[in-house]
Amino acid sequence: MKRLALALLLLLAPVGTAFAVNPDEVLADPALEARARAISAELRCMVCQNQSIDDSNAELAKDLRVLVRERLANGDSDEAVIDYVVSRYGEFVLLKPRFETKTLILWGMPATLLVVGAITLIVAARRRGAQAKGTPLSEAEKEKLKKLLQP
Amino acid sequence: MIIELGHYALVLALATAVIQAALPILGARLNDRGLMELASSAAVACFLLVAFAFAVLTFAYVTSDFSVRNVWENSHSLKPLIYKISGVWGNHEGSMLLWLLILTFFSALVAAFGRNLPETLTANVLAVQAWIAMAFALFILLTSNPFARLVPAPGEGKDLNPILQDVGLAIHPPLLYLGYVGFSVCFSFAVAALIEGRIDAAWARWVRPWTLAAWTFLTAGISMGSYWAYYELGWGGWWFWDPVENASFMPWLAGTALLHSALVMEKREALKIWTVLLAIMTFSLSLLGTFLVRSGVLTSVHAFATDPTRGIFILAILVFFIGGAFALFAFRASHLKAGGIFAPISREGALVFNNLILTTATATVLTGTLYPLVLEALTGDKISVGPPFFNMTFGLLMLPLLFAVPFGPLLAWKRGDLAGVSQRLFAAVAIGLLCGTAYYYFMNGGPVLALFGIALGVYLIVGSLTDLALRSGLGKVAGNVAWRRFSGLPRSAFGTALAHIGLGITLVGVVAVTAFETETVVEMKPGMTVDAGGYSLRFDGMRNGSGPNYTEESGHFTISRGGVTLSEVWSSKRLYQARRMPTTEAGIRTFGLSQLYVSLGDQINEGGIVVRIWWKPMILCIWGGTLFMMAGGFVSLSDRRLRVGAPAKAKRPKSVPVGAAE
Repeated sequence: MKRLALALLLLLAPVGTAFAVNPDEVLADPALEARARAISAELRCMVCQNQSIDDSNAELAKDLRVLVRERLANGDSDEAVIDYVVSRYGEFVLLKPRFETKTLILWGMPATLLVVGAITLIVAARRRGAQAKGTPLSEAEKEKLKKLLQP
Repeated sequence: MIIELGHYALVLALATAVIQAALPILGARLNDRGLMELASSAAVACFLLVAFAFAVLTFAYVTSDFSVRNVWENSHSLKPLIYKISGVWGNHEGSMLLWLLILTFFSALVAAFGRNLPETLTANVLAVQAWIAMAFALFILLTSNPFARLVPAPGEGKDLNPILQDVGLAIHPPLLYLGYVGFSVCFSFAVAALIEGRIDAAWARWVRPWTLAAWTFLTAGISMGSYWAYYELGWGGWWFWDPVENASFMPWLAGTALLHSALVMEKREALKIWTVLLAIMTFSLSLLGTFLVRSGVLTSVHAFATDPTRGIFILAILVFFIGGAFALFAFRASHLKAGGIFAPISREGALVFNNLILTTATATVLTGTLYPLVLEALTGDKISVGPPFFNMTFGLLMLPLLFAVPFGPLLAWKRGDLAGVSQRLFAAVAIGLLCGTAYYYFMNGGPVLALFGIALGVYLIVGSLTDLALRSGLGKVAGNVAWRRFSGLPRSAFGTALAHIGLGITLVGVVAVTAFETETVVEMKPGMTVDAGGYSLRFDGMRNGSGPNYTEESGHFTISRGGVTLSEVWSSKRLYQARRMPTTEAGIRTFGLSQLYVSLGDQINEGGIVVRIWWKPMILCIWGGTLFMMAGGFVSLSDRRLRVGAPAKAKRPKSVPVGAAE
């Protein structure tokens, strides 16, 4: 089923067997190109379904890849490039959303669940442990036991 | 005529499901055996009717009966037979019918194997199964009828989406559904237990084989889908954190948790309430997955579901079953008594830790998948949650769990000895680090994290073997004694070890590919040579060819190493005639566990072409590991049947005539 959807996703991309990154786009400096690839993997192809511009063969993705490389060649830092792309296309373009008020639940969910779960478990274990120990014998009971045990 | 018979059989199946949903549960209340026994025969009848309907649709596809709209939309007379058959479920209507077929198949299995269950439990379980079957049969008949006719009948069909014309479609969806829908049995058992208000270790013993079976099939389905995407999509990715992938991954995570918590319940009668809740949640996630994929809410331009009534219908089913089950749970859970007591450091404790992490991971994937949708609905803000988010959060969550995996089987029930176990795992840690370092040097450096990733994977493998070695007393007793003990170990011990080893193998593959994969994008002309992963690829030229329903251009590459020709590979681009749609058929050559992946791009002038070449080190480990997990599932399943004796026909010793023994 997942596969069907992937196939359909692919259908939505403009038809043509062009590749994502084409040889003519690649920067001469390997270090700069590596940075460009890393940034591209974090940016969404706006007209595709869940594809980064690095994977997509859409025209818009190509434009963005070229844009990212231009900014890098101009000496921008990675953050500056991403900020620039976000200022032009909005936060929708980020595949890893920023940590802000509106993404608080998203980012906070794993840690919160883990902590709450762990506390619940510890409390439950304590309670069970207390039950397991049971109540100590009362004086009368001890007396009775003593009598029973004496020959 | 035969088409109408298929349609009619489906209507009859719905009627049977109504009977199966209503009467047995009444019988269980009134303690009427006749009504209760109705459940089994109704379940079998319902399965046979749906199977007949499915066979009719398959017949329509095989004979290319284009008077059936569904066949016309998704088939073509020139399509090879295997794709005509697999095309039955390569579309919305057909895949829902497959869903129903598998659901009723599981009901029939419960009816067949459930003879030794308490009568009321069988009746209730089958009734709950029938509610689900009823809902989906109604859904198919009212919104997605695969038997709708087309007048006048067109002469030729529109063909199946070319990307789906692959053996992958023949295997992947049925496997995935066997897993997805298989969890319905766990759900039904949980709801039946809540209805009866009684649950014990025996219940867990009955549920576990079904969980194992569903889990094993789901593992197979997801793994198969991943490999299919890998070789067919042509860019060499194997997991995309696509919402639709997540839809199948969430039930797998929850199902894995269920598998482990049911173990605690079976052996120690603890975690009862939690196990019931998990069983409900697992199938709820299956239903949610069906809703997400079928309604198209996630991908509003999803080609399968253009009709909003379908989405609303499935949403109603979802709300009814999930809401109903949770309401029942809220009412009844307090009636279930908590069981066995255990110290935090114990086998139970380790399994609880497993559940904590897996549940959190499931919730994380669920949040990540639905967050953009909910946020946009509430505030209008559009955000994306993609692979970088999931890799980071899911990866971090998995780390402690993966490290803890070998500890679980080594810890004793009730109260374990952490220091002792750590000592026993020392060798595994050492071997892991050694292998990680060796691989790191072999690859000439790379990210240091990769070293620890490989080490973790190898530690998992060795740690799982440690359990088997210790149990058979290897090194402490004589070799032949150890061997006898080893072969006498319960199958479930081997199942556990195999599944955990598989996890380690998959991890090694994931880490190696992520860290050491190389990608080369070049324009090649005939005669040109490019190096990748230590091999040289020479581009020899292009050739035109054609298949039954497509034409293709293929590039030929010769692979050599150190001047010695080793192999050759064809990489193609196809154009399917009916839909005028191109696909990439990547050329893949395997060397050991690694692969060279060659994909063709645009033609450029003077006979040149853009070529992408990937070197994917150890990539086969990713899917090889899942084969181990499946093997673990099946081995464990065989143990269950023998020891628990689901159909418990205890073999009596042959009676020996008195005196013959003398």
